[in-house]
Amino acid sequence: MTRLLVPALAALVALLFLASILIGPASVPLTDSLSALILADGGPMTLVMRELRLPRAVLAAVIGAGLGLSGAVMQGYLRNPLAEPGLLGVSGAAALGAVLALQTGLAAALALALPLAGLVGAFIAVLLLALLAGPAGGALTLILAGIGVSALSGAGLALVLNLSPDPFAAQEIVFWLMGSLADRSWSHVALALPLILGGATLLLTQARALSALTLGEDAAASMGVSLGRLRATVLLGTAAIVGAATAVAGSIGFIGLMVPHILRRATRGDPARLLPVSALGGAALLLAADIAVRLILPGRDLKLGVLLAILGAPFFLLLILRTRFAQNA
Amino acid sequence: MSGVTQDGGGRPMSVFARVSDALILALGLGLAALPGAAQTAPPTRVVSMNLCTDQLALMLAAPGQLISVSYLAHDGAVAPLQAAARALPANHGLAEEVYLLQPDLVLAGRFSTVATVAMLQRLGVPVIRFEPENSLDDIEAALRQMGAALGRTAQAEALIEDFRADRARLAAHLAERRHGSEGPRAVLYSSRGWTGGSETLSGDILREAGLRNLADDLGLSWGGMVALESLLLADPDRLILGQPARNPEGWSEARALLHHPALRHSRAYRAGVAANDRDWVCGTPFVLQAIARLIDETTP
Repeated sequence: MTRLLVPALAALVALLFLASILIGPASVPLTDSLSALILADGGPMTLVMRELRLPRAVLAAVIGAGLGLSGAVMQGYLRNPLAEPGLLGVSGAAALGAVLALQTGLAAALALALPLAGLVGAFIAVLLLALLAGPAGGALTLILAGIGVSALSGAGLALVLNLSPDPFAAQEIVFWLMGSLADRSWSHVALALPLILGGATLLLTQARALSALTLGEDAAASMGVSLGRLRATVLLGTAAIVGAATAVAGSIGFIGLMVPHILRRATRGDPARLLPVSALGGAALLLAADIAVRLILPGRDLKLGVLLAILGAPFFLLLILRTRFAQNA
Repeated sequence: MSGVTQDGGGRPMSVFARVSDALILALGLGLAALPGAAQTAPPTRVVSMNLCTDQLALMLAAPGQLISVSYLAHDGAVAPLQAAARALPANHGLAEEVYLLQPDLVLAGRFSTVATVAMLQRLGVPVIRFEPENSLDDIEAALRQMGAALGRTAQAEALIEDFRADRARLAAHLAERRHGSEGPRAVLYSSRGWTGGSETLSGDILREAGLRNLADDLGLSWGGMVALESLLLADPDRLILGQPARNPEGWSEARALLHHPALRHSRAYRAGVAANDRDWVCGTPFVLQAIARLIDETTP
């Protein structure tokens, strides 16, 4: 089963990717949209396929993969199944960084400033979490630290957007807190992709160290794992992924929570195997969610976070229950 | 008076010249209300708390009659009569500050804060509310209503006369430029993907400029949200981008939509983009300037 997992997930991602570029507010026959995608006839359909639907699907796959991966890494590093960037305020802090870059005009002056500001925000949040509730801290400490970071970043976000001279900015808080892939373009892909790929590469180098960490810090250290390097890499890698993803698509929560959890048993709890599988699973889940928001309320830009929270929050509560029973047992 | 007389610049015809003259007359010479015409004495301390009633009152009020305008009227990005408005103190539409100005008439819009208007009425201040204008014909009605409210009926009728004459001249100008050919299919596209339908003032501006409104094809006679994808597939000839009220240093996702590369690569965008501006905001004779510009911008 484990052997088939990767090809099966890859096939699922490919299928959902195809579905994603074939679904949109304008219902166009499949063959027409595909031929418009491949053959440039200069018509509006080509523009829609190439400039709207394709970047949207690419972003969904890339961001989903990044979030699934960073969720798996955070859970492995903090040895806590409740760790998740969206839930713990890492995405919120990344959004605050991105909004600051946009509102101060930094992002207009230097395009890369947007994802980098997201990275800085996410980095500060992950650092705070690791300091407050690092590997030694329990689930409760982690969740409480997460609440603190979320509340602070949410308040900062509201303050900055309310003070913005743009009359529409204050309404944007929903986008930043709930996330959306509507009307993204290749420029968003270009901004987010390098940082997400870089972050993912960093994180994947730590797969074996994370496996060793399941035996405890001392055991991992005796196996030659540099805990300092592991920590720095995990912080930087997750911050790069979450920061860049949030800077272009807002906070998308629960993917990093659900995906590793669903796939953990299939990978026999080994972080080294879980990481690549979680990336594929995250891509599939975000593609599916992005298809669903377009099918449920077409043309209304239903936010991804709404759907994912409806799916993910009960999941989260279930996990809390399980953690509690595990502690009592 | 610079705010009053400035025009589109380089236009072949000065549609607005006569309206401006009338304004200078009204504001500068200060014609008193015709004796005997008003049954009750005209108000002497008028406060306007809505950007659009600001504009109408600035055009029609006797000198000294209008004592405060809304703070938006001081903003040249949305208010055509900025210079005249700047001469008056601004209010922020709050009951307390309006009441302390001791007005004997308050002008409010249909959608001005309900609580504020109710409070003022409770305090015994007469409030007249103006409906938003949804067409060019509504502008005449608004001018007439404002004239009656301020006891300046004669001035209002004179402005309406000028408005009609300018409108007729614009129609002739349009016929000359278009040579009877069918106008391009245009769409108004603003922040968050909002478009104005033919039942709205912007829709009437499009019609008067000889443009066919894409919103009608999409079944949005009052306007509504159009997904970028649907807009591109409808393939309009011309794009009129809704500009933000100002060009702020701030940033918003809502406006970012108007900078989407897919929009920029569309046929309509490459044909040249028109933009709406402060002359579109309110139903005043200034919309004729907007129409004149639109005709010239959308004629090849």
